[in-house]
Amino acid sequence: MKTLVYIDHFKGEIQPASWEALGLGKSLGSVSAIVFGKGLDAIIKAAFEHGAEEVYAADDAALEDFRVEVYASTLSALASSTNPNLILFPMTARTRELTAMTAMDLNSGVLTDVTGLEANGDKVIATRPIYEGKLLEKVTCSAPIQLVTIRGRAFPKPAQEPVKTGKVNKVEVKSEALTTVEGYSASEVAVNLGDAGIIVTGGRGVSNNPSLTPPDGLDEKQAEIWRAQQGFALVTDLAGVLGGAVGASRAAVDGGYITYAHQVGQTGKVVSPDLYIACGVSGAIQHLVGMRNAKVIVAINKDPEAPIFKVARYGVVGDLFQVVPALTEAFKKKLGK
Amino acid sequence: MKIIACIKQVPDSEAKVKAENGQITWGEAPLVINPFDEYAVEGALQQKEALGGTVAAVCIGPESAKEALKHALAMGSDQAILISDPALSILDTAGAARVLAAAVKKIGDADMVVFGRQTLDDGTGLTAAQTARALGWPMLGLAGQIKVDGGSVQIERVTEEGRQSLKGKLPAVLSVVQSIGEPRYPSFMGIRKASKAEIPVWTLADLGIAAPETVVKRLEIVTPPARETVVEIIGGETPAQIAEQLADKVLAEKVL
Ligand SMILES: Cc1cc2nc3c(=O)[nH]c(=O)nc-3n(C[C@H](O)[C@H](O)[C@H](O)COP(=O)(O)OP(=O)(O)OC[C@H]3O[C@@H](n4cnc5c(N)ncnc54)[C@H](O)[C@@H]3O)c2cc1C
Ligand SMILES: Nc1ncnc2c1ncn2[C@@H]1O[C@H](COP(=O)(O)O)[C@@H](O)[C@H]1O
Repeated sequence: MKTLVYIDHFKGEIQPASWEALGLGKSLGSVSAIVFGKGLDAIIKAAFEHGAEEVYAADDAALEDFRVEVYASTLSALASSTNPNLILFPMTARTRELTAMTAMDLNSGVLTDVTGLEANGDKVIATRPIYEGKLLEKVTCSAPIQLVTIRGRAFPKPAQEPVKTGKVNKVEVKSEALTTVEGYSASEVAVNLGDAGIIVTGGRGVSNNPSLTPPDGLDEKQAEIWRAQQGFALVTDLAGVLGGAVGASRAAVDGGYITYAHQVGQTGKVVSPDLYIACGVSGAIQHLVGMRNAKVIVAINKDPEAPIFKVARYGVVGDLFQVVPALTEAFKKKLGK
Repeated sequence: MKIIACIKQVPDSEAKVKAENGQITWGEAPLVINPFDEYAVEGALQQKEALGGTVAAVCIGPESAKEALKHALAMGSDQAILISDPALSILDTAGAARVLAAAVKKIGDADMVVFGRQTLDDGTGLTAAQTARALGWPMLGLAGQIKVDGGSVQIERVTEEGRQSLKGKLPAVLSVVQSIGEPRYPSFMGIRKASKAEIPVWTLADLGIAAPETVVKRLEIVTPPARETVVEIIGGETPAQIAEQLADKVLAEKVL
C-alpha cells in the first residue's frame, strides 16, 4: 500500500496525532509525508525522523494561514499526480474541512475520526464510533484514493530516529484562497484535549465555595465567576502536577468560568485520556459521551447520587475545595515534585 | 439577506441506541433536530434580525423529518423544505452536499448557507465544507460570531488554538458552534404557526439531479464491548487521608 500522511500543524506547532498517522502508514507499507505552510524546515526534519521515506512540501506565503480552499486544491493536485492508495490525516478542525473538500475534488470520500484500521490489499476497512460512541461502524471508501482521519491517541506513536533524512519534493500551490485571516486572538492558549493523556475537569461545582469572600464591588454574576476562578485555579494546579490538560463541563463554559476550547462532551470535545479526574461535574449524558472512554475515571463530587459515579473507577464523596488541593499535595509528594 | 439553514433529524442523546440484526434501533426514543443544527438556526435568525431578510430551513430525510423542520419554523424560520426521495436512503456526506448544493441553487439568490458543526448520528462534520466546494463558495467554518459587512462576512472561528477572525465574500457557507449563543426556545405563536405550516417535499426530479454515487459504505455495525466499571469510593477521616489513598490507587493504575 502506498500511503501519504498529512502533517497538521498550527504555526509550526505539530499536532501529535500526525505522528500516530505516520506510524500507522508505515505499518501498512511505504509512507511519505505531506507538509503545507510557510517556513517548513523543522517540520520536514521531524517528518523524516518519525519515519517518512519522502516529504512533499508546499512552502509558500499563500499557505501561511490555513485557508481551506487553497489547501484543498493544492492537496487534490498532489494526490492526483502521485496516486497514493491512502492519505492519512490526524483528526483536527482543519483536517475535517481539508479532507471534506479534497474528497469532493477527487470524487472520493473520507473515513472520519477513525479509531481502528485494517488493510485488505490496497483497500482499508476503518472502525469509527457513531451515535456519540454508543456504536461502532466498519466503513470503506470505494474510490481509488482513500482519505482517512484518525482520532488522537487511537494508534501508537512511532519511535523517533534523530539522524534520518530523505528526498524533499517541492509542491506547487494551486488556485486562490477565498478567505483572509484577519487576526488571531493572543489571549487564549492552545487547549489540546484530544491529545492529552491526563485531563482534570472542573464543572459547575468549582463555583460553589460559600466560604470564599469575593472582593467588594462585584455583582452577583461577577462574584460567581470570581469564585469559579478560585475553583479552577485548584483544578489547574492538580493538572499541572500531573502534566495534564484542563477540561470543563458545559455548565462551567456557559457560566463564563473558562473558554469553550476546554469543553468536554457532546457539543465540546470527545476525549480519551488515560486518566480523567472530574471535579464538581454531575455527569449528564452529554458530558459522559465526551469522556467515558477514558481509561481511569476519578470523580470528586459532594453528591453521592451524582451520575458521574456510574462511570468512575474511583470516587470521593466530598467537597472539591478540600479534596482537590489535598490530592495535588499528595501527588506532589509521591511524584517527587 | 437570504439565509438557508441545513438541518438533520437524529435520535436524542438520551436514546439507548443499539444494533439489532445489523440495523440501528433506538426504541421509542424521540427523534429531534440535531442539537448542533439548533445553533445553525439560531445563527441564521440572529443575522435575519440584524439585517432583515428570510431564513429557510432545509433537510434531507424521511417524511418524519418534517418534525425537525417544524422546530426550525417554530424558532422563527420563514420557510422549510424537506428533500425526500427513496434514492437517497443511502447517502454519504459528499452525496448529501451535492443534493444540498442543488437545493441551494433551486431556492436561488442565497447569501449565506449555515450548517451545524456535525451530526450526532454519523458525526463526520464534513457536509458543510463539501457543500461549499460543490457551490464554489468560500467556507467559513466553526463560527462563534458572525458579522456581515457589505458584500462580505466575517466570523470568529473557534478552534483548539483559540479564536481567529476569518473573512470571505458573500455568498458563503458557514458552520456554527455553541459560542453563537443558546438556541432560542420556540414561542407559543411560533409553535402554532409551525404546526399549521405546509412543508413542501422536493424529490431528486424536482432538483433536476440524479442520485449521487455513494463512495463511503458501511459494512457492519458493532456494539462496543461493555465496560464494567464498579466505582470504589475512597473514604477517610481527613481530606489529606483520602487524597493519600486516592493518589496511591491512581499510581497503581500505571496511567501517569
Ligand atoms: C444539546 C446539549 C448539548 C450539551 N453538551 C454538553 C457538553 O458538550 N458538555 C457538557 O459538559 N454538558 C453538555 N450539556 C449540558 C449537560 O446536560 C449538563 O447540563 C452539564 O454537563 C452540567 O454541567 P456540570 O456537571 O458542571 O453542572 P451540574 O449538573 O450543575 O453539576 C454540578 C455538580 O457539582 C457538584 N458540586 C457542587 N459543589 C461542589 C463542591 N463544593 N464539591 C464537590 N462537588 C460539588 C454537585 O453535586 C453537582 O453534581 C449539553 C446539553 C444539551 C441539551
Ligand atoms: N440530511 C441532512 N439534511 C440537511 N442538512 C444536513 C443533513 N446532514 C447533515 N446536514 C448538515 O451538515 C452538518 C454536518 O453534518 P455531518 O457532516 O453529517 O456531520 C449538520 O450539522 C447539518 O447542518
